[in-house]
Amino acid sequence: MLMKGIQMDLISEDKLEGMTSMEKVRLILDEVKSGKILVLEKGLTPSEQNKLIELTMVEITPDNFSGIEIESYPVKHGSSFMGKLLGKTTVKTRLTVIGPADQLKTIKKDRDMISALVSTH
Amino acid sequence: MGIIKKMKSKFKKKRARIGIYGPPNAGKTTLANRIIRDWTGDAMGSVSHVPHETRRARRREGVTINANGSSVTLDVIDTPGLATKIDFHDFMALGMNEEDSKRRAKEATEGVIEAVKWLDDLDGVILVMDATEDPYTQVNVTVIGNMEARRLPLLIVANKIDLPDSSPARIHGAFPQHPLVSVSALEGQNIDLLYKEIADHFG
Ligand SMILES: Nc1nc2c(ncn2[C@@H]2O[C@H](COP(=O)(O)OP(=O)(O)OP(=O)(O)O)[C@@H](O)[C@H]2O)c(=O)[nH]1
Ligand SMILES: [Mg+2]
Repeated sequence: MLMKGIQMDLISEDKLEGMTSMEKVRLILDEVKSGKILVLEKGLTPSEQNKLIELTMVEITPDNFSGIEIESYPVKHGSSFMGKLLGKTTVKTRLTVIGPADQLKTIKKDRDMISALVSTH
Repeated sequence: MGIIKKMKSKFKKKRARIGIYGPPNAGKTTLANRIIRDWTGDAMGSVSHVPHETRRARRREGVTINANGSSVTLDVIDTPGLATKIDFHDFMALGMNEEDSKRRAKEATEGVIEAVKWLDDLDGVILVMDATEDPYTQVNVTVIGNMEARRLPLLIVANKIDLPDSSPARIHGAFPQHPLVSVSALEGQNIDLLYKEIADHFG
């Protein structure tokens, strides 16, 4: 039986770590434009977020693509034990959900929970 | 004025460049207009209830703010509202015709890119949020993440506190690590407090 629905891809931290910023942004936009929902195990850096926003804007067209919905948690200022020793605060980006703006809608969000609605048009 | 003093004031450290950021409709231009009007007598740009009214960044140079017995001179940049999606249908729903809506959407996408690019050239950011709205958005997370990564000062403005369902506390709960001032850019509540915070953080 053919099952209809929306494809959701979960991308592991390992896979993301092996990719350059541009590869990540390209992958996200290609997948989202083809109607998929993506869940990234590890979030994007601030400069990757900038690239993603810029490229999203470039690709918006009136009739096909109105942009993305992207949700992540506020960064955690994790200071690991080693980090503390070295006087560094690490900015940790976290789980991120991305989808087409016309299909993914955030219902509720707080520091630790994202609740989203996925529509099938 | 003595010659030394004259030289000093002439070669004083460069003015801080402060960007006013936030999602569309948060009240960035309303706030920029108030700041510029209070300290220079001029205005910055046009305001509208239709989102993406500002579609080009605007810089006003040399705005001197006196507060707390200290004085700071800033270049103030009012930026286009940041967004991850722009749908021309939203403008049509607000009564604009299709052609104008499509043009506005196109210009808005360019404005967002411009605002993102400006992040590279700033010394600090005033992040304006509509305090009646959910603060946990990608736009807010991105602006804050950028400033933290660059170790630049950030001041959060919880705007529209004249509205009954505004909740600056919710914003503080979302980003507790950053200073916050609650204001009404429209009606002027707490604007003196904002100037004090500006002098403290960007001086
Ligand atoms: N009630 C209330 N309304 C406000 C306040 N500040 C701004 N507004 C209104 O919010 C709407 C948007 O204001 P703008 O200043 O144009 O917002 P902006 O952030 O510059 O928007 P873009 O340029 O589109 O990104 C207008 O209708 C303003 O009158 C406020 O403190 N209280
Ligand atoms: Mg504006």
